[in-house]
Amino acid sequence: MSDITRLIIVAVGGQGNLLASSVLGEAALLAGIPLRMSEIHGMAQRGGVVESALVFGNAQSTIISDGEADVLLGFEPSETLRALNKCNARTVVITNLSPLPPFTVAIGKGVYPDIGELQQIIREKTARLIAMNAVDLAKTAGNVLSVNMVLLGALIQTGILPVTADHVITAIRTKTKAAFVDINTRAFDLGVEAALRQ
Amino acid sequence: MHKLLTDQPGATMVLLGNEAIARGAIEAGVAVATTYPGTPSSEISLNFFQISQESSLYFEYSTNEKVSLEVAAATANAGVRSMCVMKHVGMNVAADALMTLAYVGVKGGLIILTADDPFMFSSQNEQDNRYYGKLSGLPILEPSSVEEAKNMIPYAFELSESLQEPVIFRTTTRINHSTAPVTLGPIRERVCKGDFAKDPFNYVTVPAVSRKLHVKLLANLEKAAEQTETSPYNFVSGSGSWGIICNGVSYAYITDAVRDLGIHDKVKILRIGFSHPMPQKMIKTFLGSCEKVLVVEEGEPYMEEAIKAFAQEAGLTLPINGKGKDLFSRLYEFNPRLVRQVVAGYFGVSCQVEPIVDLSNVPEIPQRPPNLCAGCSHRATFYAVKKAAEGLATIYPTDIGCYTLGFLPPLGMGDFLICMGSSVGTSCGFSKVTDKKVVSFIGDSTFFHSGIPGLVNAIFNNHNFTFVILDNGITAMTGHQPNPGVDMSLMKLQGYGRISIEAVVRALGVPHISVIQPYKVKKSIEALREAFSFKGVSVVIAQEMCTLYAKGFKKTKSRAYYVSDKCRNHRDCISQLACPAFFLEEEKVKINPTMCDGCAVCAQICPENAILPVKS
Repeated sequence: MSDITRLIIVAVGGQGNLLASSVLGEAALLAGIPLRMSEIHGMAQRGGVVESALVFGNAQSTIISDGEADVLLGFEPSETLRALNKCNARTVVITNLSPLPPFTVAIGKGVYPDIGELQQIIREKTARLIAMNAVDLAKTAGNVLSVNMVLLGALIQTGILPVTADHVITAIRTKTKAAFVDINTRAFDLGVEAALRQ
Repeated sequence: MHKLLTDQPGATMVLLGNEAIARGAIEAGVAVATTYPGTPSSEISLNFFQISQESSLYFEYSTNEKVSLEVAAATANAGVRSMCVMKHVGMNVAADALMTLAYVGVKGGLIILTADDPFMFSSQNEQDNRYYGKLSGLPILEPSSVEEAKNMIPYAFELSESLQEPVIFRTTTRINHSTAPVTLGPIRERVCKGDFAKDPFNYVTVPAVSRKLHVKLLANLEKAAEQTETSPYNFVSGSGSWGIICNGVSYAYITDAVRDLGIHDKVKILRIGFSHPMPQKMIKTFLGSCEKVLVVEEGEPYMEEAIKAFAQEAGLTLPINGKGKDLFSRLYEFNPRLVRQVVAGYFGVSCQVEPIVDLSNVPEIPQRPPNLCAGCSHRATFYAVKKAAEGLATIYPTDIGCYTLGFLPPLGMGDFLICMGSSVGTSCGFSKVTDKKVVSFIGDSTFFHSGIPGLVNAIFNNHNFTFVILDNGITAMTGHQPNPGVDMSLMKLQGYGRISIEAVVRALGVPHISVIQPYKVKKSIEALREAFSFKGVSVVIAQEMCTLYAKGFKKTKSRAYYVSDKCRNHRDCISQLACPAFFLEEEKVKINPTMCDGCAVCAQICPENAILPVKS
């Protein structure tokens, strides 16, 4: 299974993870790496969870079983924690730390997990946690909506995926709107730097 | 130009399964495509819709799946390559047309695509539509990957034309919603005009004709049985005395499992892509060369039962298993790990599985169910109904659409649902045998799809309930597709009619009709109270455009609202409306200004009048 890399991306509808997947798809095509993806985006526009599975390498399956993700990329901290069932002791986890509490919290049907405890739990169970406030970094880059590009930067910095930063930057140029390319590449670089510091 | 029209044979494109299917149809020269939208099939139709706006492809969003299939049955019988796309439960609606269309057959190729949904990611059941092949006598093709889905479509058209029968093309969610690189093929020229030669003794299915046509269908089924034996989509790979027979996405999981377990020299795989009729001779030969066979198929034991029957005919007694304890379930979808473990267990080989992290000390994470959007008018209508029905014992039959989400707390508006259109039919039954006030909900698209016959029934049989039609001017749950009530000029499209729901309801003779604007809370409650007190069928039409859809037409965003200092923390807004724009900050209610749509419903129900528009 060594030539295969399995990545799970979890996000809340509207956070831009489908675009992130699409950029990775383009980058893999540029790198000549086979990539199969699957998405469950039922009711994403209605605040639900969106989960993408990306399988790089010569696998035929397009989904990733529990315990079999090499990398988990979470756009929202409680969703990263919820997806921990996809991880094993060797999994590298990357998460945004800026919470989007589900509505159930506002109506008293649940308590949002403590961000410090959440990181501790992920750290003790997996190989590595890279955590950052991607919303702040996106704002620094010039647009709060570039959270997805920040997280892509952190993901690529780990070197786990068989695509390079150059491939991804090229893919960002072709797959994202021209007016946002500069902000997006800046956000990507900030994500790379943030991951480097950890 | 639409990317799926790219005329570069040999080029590679990363496509969603549904895009690949649409591309396959374009390569096959499809000239007519019809649909009623439904997940997981919707993107196929969306691409056809877009392509039809810049090419000679005729595409339509039909009223329902039955009509959709009837349109395509006619175009195919006029010799034009046609495709009818639906989700799996749509086949139930289309089944009446399907069963006798199989007798009549087609002249031009016709593909009926059914997108099954194992695990019910977005469906009310997980029925296995391969049985429709058996039931109707029509061939079934099932792809195992995105690439194959594209390549199989032109083959399906050819098969349909060679048999002169429609072909059922069955996918599952993991084909529709997976993405992979696809190599483009050449595009066949589209032939849009056909002709229909009168031949009533072969086309008008009175009993005497149908008795003859059933003989023809069985003869065609015999021809299909020959074709399935030599089809390139039924094939054997590998060698060894262990056998695996699989279909659809299971083939991908099996390919990976055999490699991961290192048993490629011990096992051979029979992949079934042409699954009705099953390739009987091929399977008997395969079984004859195996010691034991595992059948890997999501859903029902459709292949397993057939394979066991073939083994019996061939006098073979080898173990053949599929569904069962420690094997595969009829429930939900498979995954690579599950398939790997079952294969290892069945053939007695060791299987290393990476332990899943220990989740025992992970705190409970608050659920994130889908919710009606901020500013959704359905929420306002549900609130008004709840207020108007205070003091009444109620039953709320509901229907299929965004508004089904209204059954969740705190709205709790939805007590019974079985299928499209069931709100109104079940209202007739509930109101007849209970003394409760029955108030049911249906959306505009579902009303046109299958709500009208139920309403006709209610008037004719003099039932007693209130039927609330939630008219938001678009089909919203599946992603803003047109329906017969939609103003198509908003999409800058000409040449469409438009049907007024109010006019339809009036024409049916509904004795009590009111139209409400749900954002006007007080007036809506009053109108609903009056409708509830009417003995007989009362209809309330709640008109307000889907807020998400309306955003596309608005030049400026409506003013958002905020919670002022007057707030005494009653929290009626949060606890009764549950609009996702609300959040709590230091135990005080706040409104997220970027989410707030300015519908002002919360402002109208706040006991302190504390919710005010943000000053510009």
